[in-house]
Amino acid sequence: MIHVVFLAQLREQLGLASVDVSSSEAKTLSELKDYLLQKNPSWVTTFQTMNLLTAVNHAYVKADADLQDGDEVAFFPPVTGG
Amino acid sequence: MSFSIAVQENDFDVGNEYAALIEDEVNSGAVVFFVGRVRDVNDGRIITKLSIEHYPGMTEKLLDQLLDEARKRWQLLSARIIHRCGDLNLGDQIVFVGVSSAHRQDAFHAAEFLMDYLKARAPFWKKEIDLSGESIWVEAKSKDEEAAERWQE
Repeated sequence: MIHVVFLAQLREQLGLASVDVSSSEAKTLSELKDYLLQKNPSWVTTFQTMNLLTAVNHAYVKADADLQDGDEVAFFPPVTGG
Repeated sequence: MSFSIAVQENDFDVGNEYAALIEDEVNSGAVVFFVGRVRDVNDGRIITKLSIEHYPGMTEKLLDQLLDEARKRWQLLSARIIHRCGDLNLGDQIVFVGVSSAHRQDAFHAAEFLMDYLKARAPFWKKEIDLSGESIWVEAKSKDEEAAERWQE
């Protein structure tokens, strides 16, 4: 399983904090995103407009990346701490 | 030498943090710290409360990485980052960054670097509640990203 986490206003807009995806459905980050958006067409606009950042296992990932069973992937909007 | 971070709901005491930064360090001739607080007006809206969310696990990891990076760049004797989460009121303290060093230049630079990178990278999100009770997520500012970018080597 890949554990997918949504944070802050992304979580609010999707109405969902996390979802598990079978690792056979998503061997890479881009496959995971495609899978999620095909399953949930209503998410497309939010994903396109929110300028989302991505982390795999708590580290930022900018390009595509390979995923493995047990990975945690997070999608979130630009950060505003401090 | 003490380098530590904390993400917590509780408030912090600047006096205690200062004491901890210089504890057993006769060489720490320079101590710099920054405290960020909840402001009453942001982008023209009157704010009454602030709610801060973070990404547990990644936040702590990233703040530890920031301390490691600061120690590589400057001669530091100790450093501490505290960032609060949860519901805060006007004037409440949000964030503490403190560093001690033998010399002020290293202490000033490291403190500013830590704050700039924290703002641009650490996975925190602020939601403001205004006078009418409406809550709005704070938008990321490009000047915060630019502030972090100027430290890139």
